[in-house]
Amino acid sequence: MKTIIPVGPYHPLQAEPEFFKLEVEGEKVTGLEINIGYNHRGHEYLAQRKTYEQIIFLVERICGICSCSHPFASVNAVENLAGIEIPERAKYIRTIIGELERLHSHFLWVGLAGHFMGYNTLWMWFWRYREPILELFELITGNRNHYAMMKIGGVSKDIEDEDISSIQKTMNELEAKTVMFIKAILDDPVIAARLGGVGILTKEDAIKYGVLGPTARGSGVAIDVRKDDPYAAYDLVPWDIIVFEEGDLLAKAKVRLLECLESIKIIRGCLEQMRKGEIETKVEDIPPGEGIGRHEAPRGEVFHYVRSDGSNMPLRYKVRAPSYMNVPSNEVAVKGYDIADAILVLASVDPCYCCTERMATLYDGNKKLTGKDLLKLSWKKTEQLKKKFSHSENKLASLL
Amino acid sequence: MNELEKEIQDTFKGISIKRHSPKRVYIEIDKEGAHELARFLYEEKGCRLVTATGTDTRKGYEILYHFSMDKTGIIYSVRTVVPKDNPKIMTLASFLPATNWIEREIWELLGIEFEGHPNLKRLLTAEDFPEAYYPLRRGE
Repeated sequence: MKTIIPVGPYHPLQAEPEFFKLEVEGEKVTGLEINIGYNHRGHEYLAQRKTYEQIIFLVERICGICSCSHPFASVNAVENLAGIEIPERAKYIRTIIGELERLHSHFLWVGLAGHFMGYNTLWMWFWRYREPILELFELITGNRNHYAMMKIGGVSKDIEDEDISSIQKTMNELEAKTVMFIKAILDDPVIAARLGGVGILTKEDAIKYGVLGPTARGSGVAIDVRKDDPYAAYDLVPWDIIVFEEGDLLAKAKVRLLECLESIKIIRGCLEQMRKGEIETKVEDIPPGEGIGRHEAPRGEVFHYVRSDGSNMPLRYKVRAPSYMNVPSNEVAVKGYDIADAILVLASVDPCYCCTERMATLYDGNKKLTGKDLLKLSWKKTEQLKKKFSHSENKLASLL
Repeated sequence: MNELEKEIQDTFKGISIKRHSPKRVYIEIDKEGAHELARFLYEEKGCRLVTATGTDTRKGYEILYHFSMDKTGIIYSVRTVVPKDNPKIMTLASFLPATNWIEREIWELLGIEFEGHPNLKRLLTAEDFPEAYYPLRRGE
């Protein structure tokens, strides 16, 4: 007998509104229908009524997690249209921002995946080490999210010399921790049992559905815009593309984990090779014509198409985010697996969540609590709890 | 012009190939030919469909199918124009599931009917959005 389980549009397991109709027989998922559109804000329509500078501001707000991906693709598109070459230092700065974003986005996903699996330690580990990356963003750009670094012809801010050592220090720390996490995750038999052989997206289906990013690279499709159609400084620094053939959830997780190390490699390469110089080319006006810009976002290729009539606003502005191609592939990836696995499969493509909150300091009346104070408070609470429950522990001992 | 472009030039009639920049190529073709060219690029040449763009122009409703040749990093954009008085074109979703969502989107926002589409219903707009009102058409 077939049963329909509705998941969404508003559901405790989802941070964003999407509607999945799971068709099940017993415990097995036999079909999936996906409904979207609960978050439609009409960006393409809006973009046709904005100037090119305003569009960067607009598209930066499409997503809160990969908030430099859309501006990156946008400036690539306009620069392709107008044939603008940007200075070398701007290329390196763009690349550093793009890779820092990939790091924090992948950390966010691994943390969430851990949370969905019921492995909350993983979640807290990763989100703890995501924090220094956001702090780096605040140091370099002034913002933890929505960095506002991209500009047609270059970048809006330079990376100061005194900040470079902070970036290097954080990279060293993150590299050591990432290696430790990768070992811990790949050694864990429970994670291997939970993710291995589940939600397999075959290479044929990956090509048919045109999936992108880690979803494609986990299914043996070796595509990455940074390698295939290099832009910014991706062809100036050494790095490798990570591909796994299995197509299951474990392969996708491995791609993302190992990509974190590649991102660190790219950032280091950029910092080493970056020389003093101009950070932007002055752009007078945008000629009539068309342009296409791409950027490999953490979730896959972001595609922007722009058409100009020579005025300061585009005639047409098209945006395609990677989740648009990745989410429909769930229809085949989820079939034949248990309901309990379905939520992991649906989350495995890393559908874009916008859930960034800000937490730095706490105020108790006029008193500012530092991290150490919070730790002391936490110990105090644990001591209190111990005292409270030691009584029941004694009771338990007497029962045994 | 590289080998693939020469092959396209020889195989398909009445087309014009324009290279905008080293990795951006635009191919203009009529709407019957666009279907065949898309099939040729996807099935025989292993191109990946990136997305499609629908635009309201003076000549008609224009559709650009953007195909990416990932081996060379070139984007081939197949341009075709659908007349405004009869906005219909054959679907690509019959052999290429990647076009399923984008054709639904173009249908609901620009009003182009994709003949033979397996599931031509609304994707983005709300259920109570007015019928036959297409936000991306000029003058609406």
